[in-house]
Amino acid sequence: MASITLTVNGRKITAEADPATPILWVLRDSLGLTGTKFGCGASLCGACTVHLDGQATRSCVTPISEASGKTITTIEGLSANRSHPLQKAWIAEDVPQCGYCQSGMIMTAAALLAAKPNPTDADIDGALGGHICRCGTYQRIRRAVRRAAKGGTS
Amino acid sequence: MSRVSGIGRRDFLRIVPAAGAGLVLGIRLSEARHATGPQGRPGDDLAPNAFLQIDARGEVIIWASKSEMGQGVRTSLPMIVAEELDADFSRVRVEQAWADPKFGDLDTGGSSSVRTKFDPMRRAGATARAMLVAAAAQTWKVDRSVCRTEKGAVIHAPTGRRLAYGDLVGTAASLPVPQEVSLKDPKSFRILGKSLPRTDTPAKVDGGATYGIDVKVPGMLYAAVARCPVFGGRMKSFDPAAAKASPGVRAVVPIASGVAVVADSTWNALRGREALRVDWDEGSGVVESSETLRNQFAELTQKPGKTVRSDGDAAVLAKAIKKIEAVYEAPFQAHATMEPQNATADWKKDRCEVWAPVQTPSWAMQDISRAAGLPAEAIRLNITFLGGGFGRRINPDYAVEAVEISKAIAAPVKTVWTRTEDLQHDFYRPASYHRLSGGLDARGRIIAWQHRLASTSINTFYEPSTPKPEEGEIGGAFDLPYAIPNVRVEYAAAGSIVPRGWWRSVESSFNAFAVESFLDELAAAARRDPLAVRRELLSGDRKITYPGETFVQETARLKAVLDLAAAKAGWGKPLPKGRGRGLAAHFSYLTYCAQVAEVSVGKEGAVRVHRVVCAVDCGRAVNPGIIAAQMEGGIVFGLTAALKSGITIDRGRVKETNFDDYEMLRIDEMPQVEVHVVPSDRPPTGVGEPGVPVVAPAVCNAIFAATGKRIRRLPIQVEDLAATS
Repeated sequence: MASITLTVNGRKITAEADPATPILWVLRDSLGLTGTKFGCGASLCGACTVHLDGQATRSCVTPISEASGKTITTIEGLSANRSHPLQKAWIAEDVPQCGYCQSGMIMTAAALLAAKPNPTDADIDGALGGHICRCGTYQRIRRAVRRAAKGGTS
Repeated sequence: MSRVSGIGRRDFLRIVPAAGAGLVLGIRLSEARHATGPQGRPGDDLAPNAFLQIDARGEVIIWASKSEMGQGVRTSLPMIVAEELDADFSRVRVEQAWADPKFGDLDTGGSSSVRTKFDPMRRAGATARAMLVAAAAQTWKVDRSVCRTEKGAVIHAPTGRRLAYGDLVGTAASLPVPQEVSLKDPKSFRILGKSLPRTDTPAKVDGGATYGIDVKVPGMLYAAVARCPVFGGRMKSFDPAAAKASPGVRAVVPIASGVAVVADSTWNALRGREALRVDWDEGSGVVESSETLRNQFAELTQKPGKTVRSDGDAAVLAKAIKKIEAVYEAPFQAHATMEPQNATADWKKDRCEVWAPVQTPSWAMQDISRAAGLPAEAIRLNITFLGGGFGRRINPDYAVEAVEISKAIAAPVKTVWTRTEDLQHDFYRPASYHRLSGGLDARGRIIAWQHRLASTSINTFYEPSTPKPEEGEIGGAFDLPYAIPNVRVEYAAAGSIVPRGWWRSVESSFNAFAVESFLDELAAAARRDPLAVRRELLSGDRKITYPGETFVQETARLKAVLDLAAAKAGWGKPLPKGRGRGLAAHFSYLTYCAQVAEVSVGKEGAVRVHRVVCAVDCGRAVNPGIIAAQMEGGIVFGLTAALKSGITIDRGRVKETNFDDYEMLRIDEMPQVEVHVVPSDRPPTGVGEPGVPVVAPAVCNAIFAATGKRIRRLPIQVEDLAATS
């Protein structure tokens, strides 16, 4: 066990955890931030994606020790009241079906837009190619990312 | 098509007591009963209900009496009630029903939610509306015929006076329930038929939606279960010492499905389980592999099976001028819901509460009751959001595990499966094998069709001595809609240790692949356009009947979706070099669906699907946006099975371990999908599944058009396309 200090969604916290524990389980089991999902445990599906110092990061394979002194943003901390352009676009395009993968999709898309405000379709596919949506919402995800990039218009 | 229900007994209505503060009007009524239960599983015989309440503030609460697994029932079902109620849809709150018979048939499967709830939910809304109108008329001392309703209020037409529903519920609740109500003329619908946004979307974009895996109850522990890797195997002995020494582990307990390691966090449970030593008796299943099953299939289809359709003279085939034969194969498939299986249980001596993402609460209640050793009345089963269902969550095995563990340790516990466990301990879409023969006459007309189908029957998995192993295996094969004079369809069940279950579109997923591909082969052998051949064979506006069922398959409607998809796809128009178009059509869950796929094949044999045009006739469109989404999703699901995934059995166990070897279609492979919904005033039919079965044959037919190579086994193997043949 170790005491690891980090900032999660703007709050400074100290996690008492085995340093090898994946960030995912600290978020979900210890902090109650269950919007970040467990899908594969092997960085293959993207459902667990959070921002670690602004970078889209697979929390299921990243130990909490790597977050020491850093800042994590989860879907719960992306915006107040679903006001992030991507969340608005996701609602406008009615993207989610079961919805389970969408937190991860949105977090990766947010990191993409932060780095590249006007992504091409290839950029979108490239960034989100590591994610899986079993419900098959990909076409709407592309539309929503484009909509958000254009300031909310389709 | 046994999973389609007939219309059952007469409806009844009654007031139910208010369940909470301010809830004053509740209405229940019965609905169509399932003839055989969802997906044809015997023993489910339910008298279902719709359920709604209006409170004094005018807020309408509609219970979603089906599990929301992405198909949109928390939107489409409330829309039906709200339409007839003339509610303000923005003031409708949707609550998830828990497993209680008072909510009626909660079991979710067979693309049946809207189809079976449409009429009863309309009547529930109309009944409540009639009572609110009667209450207003009584208040105003006017005749109810001069009152109308609009967005949550009753209006006295001559004077324009209005009373909000919330102000009327007290009076309305004291009135007798009308036994007959009139339903709206669909022309005046203002909610139904609109692509209203889904009610669950906001919670799904901010992390707020609670899936089973997100449940947390005070004092809860976490469990991981070690299971025998070989199907049918058992635990011989286990040594808990190493697991108990692992950090955070609190208990190691044997349960029916294996050995559970209980810890203070999910991570510690998973690590503790890794440390656990279990000695398994692998049992007799170790001799099975995908190869042994394939050999069994090949042998079974060498001889006649059980005849499930026989038209005309089987001998015509042998005498045909041209005879074509082919074998089609499709493997076991896992559901791979994105949310791995999980459940939370809090067992106490006299009661048990469970939170679980289940599709079939009635089945879950039975098994939970047995595992808990408590009567159904002592169990509260809460249904969370489902992170995908696709049929996997018809089986409640994971919920039972949580109850067993909670009972063993006398503490609340959540079990979470890993992806590997999810892939290796599923109830798989049956593997199937199709030996098809067709005969052409001198003019190239198809005069004979023989389909010998063998599969690992779902029915025989649950009921080994069933006299009907073919039930749930032959849909889409025995009901071949094409006007071929001599048709013979036979079935044989293969023995297998591998557990089977219902996988989105069930047997249609493999039968449509075999039938629609082979029809294309016959068209090619006759050097005819596959669309023209289908159109000809679907002519005459014939109706295919189903023994014991009230519905029919209408060839005119199938032909219409084919024509629509072909027209929208530009069938017959030139394509860029290297591309090919293929089409397929299929009737399932009372819905007609046709698709045209546009593909190209790379030098190495890699298939790229560029575009899929889908036409669907699902009767009246309750929410066209959701229908389009279900078709898009069904196409992706079917494409994954066509291009990517397959379960391989080796020494009685599943070889695949995660999404790197059980691959899913991803966004960079997503074709452009266009969905065209046929306007219709027929009763609404299924949409969750009918998009799935059509895409594999459409793609394979397109591959043939592009390359001249015929794909006869799924998933498509690069070597089948790179090879010279």
